[in-house]
Amino acid sequence: MQKTLRAALLTALALGTGNVAAAPVVDGYVLEAGHASLQPWLLADAPPHPADNAPSAARVELGKMLFFDPRLSGDGNMSCATCHNPLLGWSDGLPTAKGVKSRVLDRATPTIVNAAYNAIQMWDGRAASLEDQALGPMEANVEMNMDLPRLYAWLRSDAVYRAAFEHAYPDEEIGASTVARAIASFERTVVSKESPFDRWVRGDADAMTPQQVRGFAVFVDPAKGNCAVCHAAPNFTDDGFHNVGLASYGVEQPDLGRYAQKPLGLMKGAFKTPTLRDVAHTAPYFHDGSALTLEDVVAHYERGGEVRENLSPNMQDIALSAAERADLVAFLHALSSPPAPVVLPTLPTRPSPILVQPTLAPERGMAATE
Amino acid sequence: MIKPIRAFLPVAAVAAALVPALALAEATVVAQKDKKFSTDRVEVKVGDSVEFRNDDPFFHNVFSLSDAATFDLGSYPQGESKSVSFDTAGTVDVECAIHPSMKMTIEVKP
Repeated sequence: MQKTLRAALLTALALGTGNVAAAPVVDGYVLEAGHASLQPWLLADAPPHPADNAPSAARVELGKMLFFDPRLSGDGNMSCATCHNPLLGWSDGLPTAKGVKSRVLDRATPTIVNAAYNAIQMWDGRAASLEDQALGPMEANVEMNMDLPRLYAWLRSDAVYRAAFEHAYPDEEIGASTVARAIASFERTVVSKESPFDRWVRGDADAMTPQQVRGFAVFVDPAKGNCAVCHAAPNFTDDGFHNVGLASYGVEQPDLGRYAQKPLGLMKGAFKTPTLRDVAHTAPYFHDGSALTLEDVVAHYERGGEVRENLSPNMQDIALSAAERADLVAFLHALSSPPAPVVLPTLPTRPSPILVQPTLAPERGMAATE
Repeated sequence: MIKPIRAFLPVAAVAAALVPALALAEATVVAQKDKKFSTDRVEVKVGDSVEFRNDDPFFHNVFSLSDAATFDLGSYPQGESKSVSFDTAGTVDVECAIHPSMKMTIEVKP
């Protein structure tokens, strides 16, 4: 049959009849590389930034120093990059994060890839911007456990950091605002928008395989994968909050997610829709790390979730054929940009701000049943 | 205090024609389309209603936790509407809980 179709196409082309092989249309998208209907999936050239934090090379470089400096943690051994590790998709490869003294935390480390394009930050949306978010994990006693005033004093006392801050934020104090803005500036450079999918959207017909194009059709088709209802253009997120029926919502006293910020019934067990850009590099999946592979994620949605209480109304039952399932996963692999080399900064070599080793947290903080 | 009314309000003019003797409250319609409210801000009077209509092909929510009005209309699909009447003057910040970038303000005038 395929041969017949190809023969018909060749005949049509030979006859110069042009449009006989119209590309399929799925949910308003014409499945043809470069088609106008696909353009909403392209990200803006540069992510947005607050008015008081326009990016500059000096700010990005300072932010990179801070991002990779383990002395920003109370024990002097964890940097932002410990959990947001560029070797592991700017995440950590763990089901849920490990914080101070390897304490297992409740939620997975979200990648910072394209976090710059998010309208709201963190699994429960409790930070409005990268700047708002930057100091939280440093200060949290279960994460980097840093005494921030002590950190600022140490940064001010260091000639290398002082020069870097002065260059990035002239005449501004070294403190919460400049540290947060510098880290956010660096994070805005961690961007994925050169994936095979992006190239296909821009017009390179060979950028995605035919299977990946079919997978995109499954992804956007409300009657098939129905994925794009939440993993929406252009950053594969609706910046929204959904309870997707994970088994962990069924435990006693589950993590209520967004509900802690917005106490509405609908938000119980709802978490932010993560981007899917570079998703092949950020396993395991879901906020609780309960899916090891992308196939597991698709299977979860095909089952309609494990715990269906308070399920997001935008999650509907889906049924895929084995071929559609394989196409969809193949498409998700088309969302990875080529790995960009990360040039590590040179950090000042002075001792850590921690002059006295803090004592271990009380036993309650370390309980295995936590 | 605030009663969510699950109803399609008649256009004020029609209602006025039917019940000319009553001093009728106005119904304002705010649509939810392309993950935006159709307006950033509306001004109503105490006693007026605002009808929220979902024009997107997926569920939205409408809620407010403002002092002047606290309500949660739940979530509903394309084509459905729900209304809220306001009986206290003040500023009401309205959002969609599912998509928090969707925000608008209702000024309730005495």
